[in-house]
Amino acid sequence: MSSQGVDLKKRRMLITATAGLGAVGAGFALVPFLSYWQPSARAKALGAPETVDISKLEPGAMMTAKWRGKVCWVVRRTEETLKVLKEETAHLADPDSEVPQQPEYCKNYHRSIKPEYLIAVGICTHLGCSPSYRPEIGPADLGEDWKGGFFCVCHGSRFDLSARVFQGLPAPTNLVIPIHKYLSDTVVIIGEDDGGAA
Amino acid sequence: MSFMTWIDERFPATKVWNEHLAQYYAPKNFNFWYFFGSLAMLVLVNQIVTGIWLAMSYKPDATLAFASVEYIMRDVNWGWLIRYLHSTGASAFFVVIYLHMFRGLMYGSYRKPRELLWIIGMIIYVAMMATAFMGYLLPWGQMSYWGAQVIINLFAAIPVIGEDLSIWIRGDFVISDATLNRFFALHFLLPFILAALVFVHIVALHKVGSNNPDGIEIKKGPKGNKWSDTAPADGIPFHPYYSVKDIAGVIGFLILFLAVVFFMPEMGGYFLEPPNFEPANPLKTPAHIAPVWYFTPFYAILRAVPSFAGTQVWGVIAMGAAIVVLFFLPWLDKSPVKSIRYKGPIFKGMIAMFVVVFITLGYLGMLAPTPMGTLMSQICTILYFVFFLAMPIYSKMDKTKPVPERVTK
Repeated sequence: MSSQGVDLKKRRMLITATAGLGAVGAGFALVPFLSYWQPSARAKALGAPETVDISKLEPGAMMTAKWRGKVCWVVRRTEETLKVLKEETAHLADPDSEVPQQPEYCKNYHRSIKPEYLIAVGICTHLGCSPSYRPEIGPADLGEDWKGGFFCVCHGSRFDLSARVFQGLPAPTNLVIPIHKYLSDTVVIIGEDDGGAA
Repeated sequence: MSFMTWIDERFPATKVWNEHLAQYYAPKNFNFWYFFGSLAMLVLVNQIVTGIWLAMSYKPDATLAFASVEYIMRDVNWGWLIRYLHSTGASAFFVVIYLHMFRGLMYGSYRKPRELLWIIGMIIYVAMMATAFMGYLLPWGQMSYWGAQVIINLFAAIPVIGEDLSIWIRGDFVISDATLNRFFALHFLLPFILAALVFVHIVALHKVGSNNPDGIEIKKGPKGNKWSDTAPADGIPFHPYYSVKDIAGVIGFLILFLAVVFFMPEMGGYFLEPPNFEPANPLKTPAHIAPVWYFTPFYAILRAVPSFAGTQVWGVIAMGAAIVVLFFLPWLDKSPVKSIRYKGPIFKGMIAMFVVVFITLGYLGMLAPTPMGTLMSQICTILYFVFFLAMPIYSKMDKTKPVPERVTK
């Protein structure tokens, strides 16, 4: 075929249009492959709210629950602890919980609905280790100033008993407080509040 | 008509054999450091073969995975050997690759015209890290679980999209069966991509020709050797000369490698970490989390950077930058010479410092965090970046020695 009479401009336009449309098609074809990686319907269903009975929890003790596969702590704090949490805040990065790591009704010094009970997601906001509960006062490894709290052994972040992070440590924010509500005095549901389920 | 002629008329078998082996002329002055390329290929083959065999008995299921590894170790015929070859092979792969990369660093093997060769090699290194990371989750032990938790949360540190990205990677809100299952699939896939990348790496190598300890381009030197009038005078055919040399390297390597496989497969907790002998428990973090030794230098950099402005993304950026900066090495080195043999005292001092810093970071990355360790990590992190980012300056002002015309011993 001779090249005379060939409209190169038109040919280039047709090639570009075909290739462009092909690229768009390939983009759409990618959607199922990428979406396949999202949590499945079953994984989402397993993330349903969790009911916890806290009637057997002694003052100063902690129990754990599991919500969406994440560890959740329930800590019953003493009067002395609450006093410390209210007054000693100079070493905290965000003592007033300005960063929205908690529902609005937990934006207070005790970061909970009832001052006595703390309910927090026990996963460090740094890289997801589970900090250990260290309620003792001034243990050798944490120093004399330690008034009880949570210590993340992975990277050394410290949190007080309201799960508020200390300044200058790897963890950037306070621990997450999940939405929760009390069904009775001794039964709490994690992952649901009056606004509905998470 | 001979059998080979019949083949060659249909497939370029003899042509490929000659171009890449029998008539591929490599510099005649290769030394000890030139073993590690072929050893890396050997280890890759070991990983693929033992990995496929392990997959025949392994169960990628959160409830069965840990027990299936114990089953391989105790009940499957020679299962312990196949598994230890695979787990020791992972560490051996990184030993060999780090030495291979250090060779390039010493002799300037990344310099023009080998920039792309170096970059392909870096892509292989990153793909290898991804493969090793995904493989480490599969035994579903405590360290598998929490190590993966920490690394996937690195992605969650990315502003805005991070949280959704990490859920997309895990396929769940936490590391779960979904994560394990997909990591198994990807861990199976990646070695074949690695093999393809190694092929591309070698194609690029044979296009530009091998560098050598003198950093002299033998293609630019005089022509004519015993085998060919047009080949470089300082070149010898890869086969049989280097194929035989590499076999000697393989024997030396296998003596050391198998000594570890047979007598110390856990390598004192460095190759197989003690917490991984306990099944994964999402509710309990082990007292001390450290990645396997080959990731610890970068892990120390990650931990060295504190969070500020309400995010810990800075540590993640520093860790990523520590790897990305290696890609730019060909353009950071402005020295008029390639090889350390003709470079001046500043470069030699800097490279010695870099070795010390890299090993120190690797050591610190294994330890539990202490204020002293964090300070040391911060100093080493700064020095790590100084080595690369100040290279355009110090490599230029360094006093180099004259490079000879021909390769030396």
